[in-house]
Amino acid sequence: MYAQMVKSEGMKSPEEMTPEERAFQERVDRGEKIEPKEWMPEGYRKTLIRQMGQHAHSEIVGQLPEGNWITRAPTLERKAILLAKVQDEAGHGLYLYSAAETLGVSRDELMEKLHSGAMKYSSIFNYPTLTWADMGAVGWLVDGAAIMNQVPLQRTSYGPYSRAMIRICKEESFHQRQGYAIMMKMAQGTPEQKEMAQDALNRFWYPSLMMFGPSDKDSVHSAQSMAWKIKMNTNDELRQKFVDETVPQATYLGLTVPDETLTWNEERGHYDFAEPDWDEFFEVIKGNGPCNEERLGARREAWDKGAWFRDGLTAYAEKAAARRAASNVAAE
Amino acid sequence: MPSLPDVATPDVVTLAERAAAAQSHDPHVADVALKPAFFDWLCRMGDNSLILGHRISEWCGHGPVLEEDIALANTALDLIGHTQMWLGLAAEVEGAGRSADDLAFLRDAMKFRNLKLVELPNGDMAVTLMREFLFDAFHFELLTALTKSSSPRVAEIAAKALKEVSYHLERSSDLVVRLGDGTEESHTRMQAALNKVWGYTGEMFAADAVDAAVAEAGIAPALSDLLPLWQRTVGEVLDEATLSQPEQRFDAHSGGKKGRHTEHLGYILAEMQFLQRAYPGASW
Repeated sequence: MYAQMVKSEGMKSPEEMTPEERAFQERVDRGEKIEPKEWMPEGYRKTLIRQMGQHAHSEIVGQLPEGNWITRAPTLERKAILLAKVQDEAGHGLYLYSAAETLGVSRDELMEKLHSGAMKYSSIFNYPTLTWADMGAVGWLVDGAAIMNQVPLQRTSYGPYSRAMIRICKEESFHQRQGYAIMMKMAQGTPEQKEMAQDALNRFWYPSLMMFGPSDKDSVHSAQSMAWKIKMNTNDELRQKFVDETVPQATYLGLTVPDETLTWNEERGHYDFAEPDWDEFFEVIKGNGPCNEERLGARREAWDKGAWFRDGLTAYAEKAAARRAASNVAAE
Repeated sequence: MPSLPDVATPDVVTLAERAAAAQSHDPHVADVALKPAFFDWLCRMGDNSLILGHRISEWCGHGPVLEEDIALANTALDLIGHTQMWLGLAAEVEGAGRSADDLAFLRDAMKFRNLKLVELPNGDMAVTLMREFLFDAFHFELLTALTKSSSPRVAEIAAKALKEVSYHLERSSDLVVRLGDGTEESHTRMQAALNKVWGYTGEMFAADAVDAAVAEAGIAPALSDLLPLWQRTVGEVLDEATLSQPEQRFDAHSGGKKGRHTEHLGYILAEMQFLQRAYPGASW
């Protein structure tokens, strides 16, 4: 789940709504999809642009921590799988930027906001990938956490977003499997490999829990987004679901979740677990995480160094169009 | 296991055996006299794909625009796929119990047989694209000829790879034209890139005893037959791109095919082979 702390507008009661707003809310309540050219409240449009933009940015920044190991992948097969996976992430970025464009914002505008720091990407990608086991942990835990949020978003009210999510979820569930397959190899491997696997789980556990964002049970923003069906569950619900599914998977691997308080609560039918360090989360969001500078720096550098390339293609397209127009005139 | 039930596929060995049994019978694979040349030639094919794929994969996440990032990763992925096939066959021909992975990750630079061209650093996108275009134009002609190889196994791999390489050439030649005839800056960069890599292209056509042996066996074409085809494609594309063919010799740098490389290859291997070298015998 790559959208954290997305601000939404304050929520209105049915009496405060204009007739248009009320009709819109009724459509959403009936489960109808909202399509690009249809009327929508400005707040709905703005919140969706923030959320989809942040999600798209997370996909392309998310290429970097895994891209970090492509040239060092241990076998040809692992290299091919990792390349395909990182390419998928870029593809998800493309779907989401395109879906966001249907709301009247251009991809270039969104990119500029990423580069200036006005828009964020998921905090998780500001953590380093230090060993090959991290390729396993990222697929298993990070993609696993993302899926928790993205599966319900397939039913989101905005048509293009919903359709992008359906495609993305198919690939993400494959990504999670490949991550888990790497973890399994490592956990069943040599003592050094097992040590790397445990270390990766130790480092990625709490940052993965942070991906869901702080508790939002009393948040006004969340209530509005949930009413609009652009947020389908609370952060706490999703975090609990993730922990409940992931703990037995860790046990199966023979790895230990780095939380001494972790216990099965018979009464609740859920695990009790320790909260991540939210001070650390806010520091990472502010730009002070271990890799914020490298990640954003790499994106800015790619964009700046690519300017001549994009300009060259644009200039050629203009020349070619002018040549076509001239030859049409000549033919007439 | 909870919610990820089909991660472990216990029957992969059976599947691999079945696939192996379905492969065409190829008398060249067991030809003892031909073995040293055939093995060396297959390493050349595999190493070109591996090293160029490695270089292109370095762009992942750093491309100038999202569509290019995807296309570069896709190209690298194709080339790594070709590597698995070529080095897999090389290992089989050698018959010494080595696998494609052993060949990729456990040979040192002097045993690598790729062209110097493909190990050159990426530079800017102009160098990356020009290097790829000049190689693609050769790769396309070579694979086209190999689809008629006397070795059914070689012909099968070539037929698979050709589908992808046709697209590589279409994309790289299109971009060379657009950027050559784009802005003044893109033109200058493309011309500088061409001048930089031109002297490494002649090695593609420099035939030696290995090339002669596989040509004689009907496995591969004579490299001299490919030269005019390559020159025609390159000439046409450069013309349309408003770029001029450098006057310097195109065969100034060679030796890669015999294991004499640039300084760059050692660093590529140090990075690529790190895990296999640091943890010998581990399974990944």
